[in-house]
Amino acid sequence: MLNRFVDLIFVLLAGLTLSSVAFTQTARRPPSGTVKDQTTVPAPAPRHDISGTWEPANGRGDGVQAGGVKAMPNDGKPEHELPYTPHGLATYKSHKALEGKDAVRPAYYNDPRNFCEPIGFPRADHYNLRQTQILQNEFKVVILYEYAQTWRVIWTDGREVPKEIPEERFYGYSAGKWVDDNTLVVQTVGMMPEDRVWLDSTGRPISDALRVEERWHRVNHDRLELTVTINDPKMYTRQWVSLDKFPMKLADPHTDVPEMYCSPSELEKYNKLFGNGASGIEPR
Amino acid sequence: MRNTLITTLAVAVSVVVPVQVTAHHGNAAFDVGKEITLKGTVTDWFWANPHCILQFDLKDKNGQLVEHWTTETSNPPDMIATGWTKTSFKPGDQVTVTAQPVKSGKPIGRLLQVVLPNGKTLSTFGGAKGAVARAAAAGTGAADEPKVEEVIPGR
Repeated sequence: MLNRFVDLIFVLLAGLTLSSVAFTQTARRPPSGTVKDQTTVPAPAPRHDISGTWEPANGRGDGVQAGGVKAMPNDGKPEHELPYTPHGLATYKSHKALEGKDAVRPAYYNDPRNFCEPIGFPRADHYNLRQTQILQNEFKVVILYEYAQTWRVIWTDGREVPKEIPEERFYGYSAGKWVDDNTLVVQTVGMMPEDRVWLDSTGRPISDALRVEERWHRVNHDRLELTVTINDPKMYTRQWVSLDKFPMKLADPHTDVPEMYCSPSELEKYNKLFGNGASGIEPR
Repeated sequence: MRNTLITTLAVAVSVVVPVQVTAHHGNAAFDVGKEITLKGTVTDWFWANPHCILQFDLKDKNGQLVEHWTTETSNPPDMIATGWTKTSFKPGDQVTVTAQPVKSGKPIGRLLQVVLPNGKTLSTFGGAKGAVARAAAAGTGAADEPKVEEVIPGR
């Protein structure tokens, strides 16, 4: 009798232990908030799931990247010089950016962003990467960017990106594959040519030959890292990394992401009140 | 007249260590490292993208307009995150503004800090660093006493 009782207790304890492990791996626990303040060990990342509302882990300004892409800022340092082709360098010089080492004054720009053109891809990852909502089902992953209320679809239904581009798109054609339990690798092709979309806010160029690889790696339940690799043989002599494990933390799922849009009428007023005067092109 | 203007308009400039800012349009137009502290009367608060804009008048002791200033802040989402709102100002509010001026000398600048009529201080672009601005935020009235360099409005 005693032995049977001990056996029963053992079975119950074993069952509880196993079920708690399963719960830990699958449950949606509340986000831990500020990563720096985190005192408990985050839960493991769920398998094949990067959904959630994510924000830059090092502060809301970390994804702005006003001075150029995070891993290669346009600050004039030799180690941050990009491997331009002659055509790439000429295209860069034709761009009048408001940021970076060759910045012009407000109102002297030709940045498509400042005409409220779509910022396109990969600039959506390279400029104002703020609170980012990721939704997914068995067929696709959808990314909702805060800036300009922009969204992308990444197909995860097994398809490849098209070999022949039906029509160029501001955000291209994206297809992703899970390379392990927690890493989604996305290929994107078919973007707009150089004068429609810039790579970043400092005027670095892209072409219609661009292929972008994104690695969305969920480190644990609360942390996501984004690595972006640029491969554009028209503009650059070799591929290079623009974002290197850019850290994002899981936000409260009830977070109401604010609007951040480009309004032509507001931009016109901004330039009339401030931009033109700051540039000295209009007497005040 | 010059001293009267200085006393009445309470304008001060302090040169400080440049701060890294992430603005919509870079630093090319701005006299980075310079701060101007001005007391003025709000005429308009434009809450919009890409940047919110605060306009205010500098007046002499007789209430006559001497100079109209236009200062930009950041975008609405960033402003909300640092305590600003669409109703932070109304025309007629008396404010003490610390700004980074443009190089051209026009009465235009990037707003770093503002002290509201109720004494509350709001900051953006990393805030003001100069001693005069800090004194203004502390309510000591030191903004009335130029510390480093005097600037005469109405150039």
